[in-house]
Amino acid sequence: MSQSPDQAGHFGPYGGRFVPEALIAALDELTAAHLAAKSDPVFLTELDRLLTTYAGRPTPLTDARRLSEHAGGARILLKREDLAHTGSHKINNVLGQALLTKQMGKKRVIAETGAGQHGVATATACALFGFECTVYMGEEDTRRQALNVARMRLLGAEVVPVSSGTKTLKDATNEAMRDWVTNVETTHYVIGSVVGPHPFPMMVRDFQRVIGVEARQQCLDLVGRLPDAVVACVGGGSNAMGLFHPFLDDTSVALVGCEAGGDGVETGRHAAPLTAGEPGVLHGARSYLMQDEDGQTALTTSISAGLDYPGVGPEHALLRDSGRATYTGITDGWAMQALEKVAKTEGILIAIETAHAFAGACDWGRAQVAAGRAAEDLVMIVNTSGRGDKDVDTAARWFGLVTGEELAESELVRAHEGEQP
Amino acid sequence: MSQLDELFARCRAEGRAALVGYLPAGFPSYDLSVEAMVAMVEAGVDAVEVGMPYSDPLMEGPVIQAAHQASLDAGTRQADVLRAVEAVAATGAPTLVMGYWNPVHRYGFRRWAQALKDAGGVGAITPDLIPEEAPEWLEACRELDLDPVFLVAPSSTDERIAVVGRTNRGFVYAAAVMGVTGARAEIGAGARQLVDRVRVQTDLPVAVGLGVSTGAQAAQVASFADGVVVGSALVSALEHDGVEGVRKLAAELAEGVRSAG
Ligand SMILES: Cc1ncc(COP(=O)(O)O)c(C=O)c1O
Repeated sequence: MSQSPDQAGHFGPYGGRFVPEALIAALDELTAAHLAAKSDPVFLTELDRLLTTYAGRPTPLTDARRLSEHAGGARILLKREDLAHTGSHKINNVLGQALLTKQMGKKRVIAETGAGQHGVATATACALFGFECTVYMGEEDTRRQALNVARMRLLGAEVVPVSSGTKTLKDATNEAMRDWVTNVETTHYVIGSVVGPHPFPMMVRDFQRVIGVEARQQCLDLVGRLPDAVVACVGGGSNAMGLFHPFLDDTSVALVGCEAGGDGVETGRHAAPLTAGEPGVLHGARSYLMQDEDGQTALTTSISAGLDYPGVGPEHALLRDSGRATYTGITDGWAMQALEKVAKTEGILIAIETAHAFAGACDWGRAQVAAGRAAEDLVMIVNTSGRGDKDVDTAARWFGLVTGEELAESELVRAHEGEQP
Repeated sequence: MSQLDELFARCRAEGRAALVGYLPAGFPSYDLSVEAMVAMVEAGVDAVEVGMPYSDPLMEGPVIQAAHQASLDAGTRQADVLRAVEAVAATGAPTLVMGYWNPVHRYGFRRWAQALKDAGGVGAITPDLIPEEAPEWLEACRELDLDPVFLVAPSSTDERIAVVGRTNRGFVYAAAVMGVTGARAEIGAGARQLVDRVRVQTDLPVAVGLGVSTGAQAAQVASFADGVVVGSALVSALEHDGVEGVRKLAAELAEGVRSAG
């Protein structure tokens, strides 16, 4: 079951390479570099050293005892990617790709970012490796994630706001691709999720697998058995794929992916392609996609910049079709409730992306109990993909936590209200 | 012999390169886009690429991106693209669609190939599709006698150029510079090198695109290529000077491909 794509990067009918011919040579070079690195002890030792001494791995598995009452009493274990350096799982992939960039002799790196976490991780690695760094970010996202824009700039990266199309992650990715086609000889494009043309979905998964490998062993050590479910949010799908992959052959473990349900999947205003999209091609791969009858990419809606994307990684498409994983859409409101619950019961401020996974985990636990399973026998691992500092501003507004006066006082709020049209 | 084969044979006999003009369907409106494409044929364009507007055109620079978006905003649908093909093909000029893959994928490539054929189209240029991902599309093209046109780039290996040379019909589209579409001040030496590399691998005619905007540049490219493709400059002309602007630029470019030494 532990699936790998075929040589051309196909996961069943999904994946592949739907890109301009100009990029094929670079993708071939990258594939070769990645495959060689996978079995190169020098590379693996160096990556392991970075993950341990720089990123702070292994991340802990935290027993969330008070939260469990919100999941029908099921035991919830948190895989703490929020504690990794830069505050999310994105660093795992970026350090791997930065090492490959060095091996390929490239000195300039570009990236797309939605929530800004991948951009921050990339800017961080570029500072560490001495690469020139340009990050493309939708103009709307530069506003809702202003803190991360400042972080990237502090780290020495150039942040380019993208004002075309939807002004969010999709168009940031378009611009990054256009940069890459132009500068491919000197530049590596660090894609931030398990999306894009082959080898990215496979390679990013391989770099994120460390999450699941650690979590699986930590669960065995702590509980003495495998969990009943592993749960993660799905934007492009990298934290989910990293957690799911080492469990693929453990058929007793349910794999639950939580997409952005926005205003509700039934309203059409969401970002849940696996739940409510159809197969299509976007950004270099065939997968599920939100699109209209003519194959134009559809508009997406989500409170979460990191999940506000019409596509999803091709390996998830295959897992959906085979039924090995299940995917569900979590509304903005439900995710924000989960964010508040996790903060107040566990003292952990999670990212809004991550909150979708917690909401889905609570739903899953309650559904199992309702179906007659004993709550005390249920164990779940929830991927705590990122911390919530970047979202405090959005949460403050959502919950009305600060007065109008205090809002006006806030430097951050003032800074980006100035930019609002 | 396909219409494209005949065209390139005729141009060769006349000792000149073919001029291929690109405009997106539905920009700035359906009627004006068709009028402009017909006008460019009247002014000397030999073959037309009807652009299929797409929400995420990865290979396009700002000018064509904006035109795609404006066309979609104006409500252009797949049926309009096919209608535009029919209107342009009626001029007798070989008419292709330049289209990103997802709209075709969504339509169903077999059904779409049939619709293209019925509209009088001769083939399609697919900028984000490579031959390896296209077995069913190629089969549909074979059955319906349509010409599939894939691209080569300066970064393509000789092996890949050979694959495209074996797969394409009509011509090979050489995207002469690394980058997105848009007018360029200079057509680099890379264009000529790429054409030379293609000629080693295939006897198909080679058309060069990406960056040509003036009659002088068209003449320069025509001196070493079998076809000159012009896109962004025609879109800009339409945007700023209307159909007459397109007619004027097309005439200048047509003179260019005829004046190459
Ligand atoms: C904290 C966090 N979790 C999840 C995601 C979604 O990405 P993916 O689905 O690739 O894990 C993001 C993306 O920005 C993120 O910042």
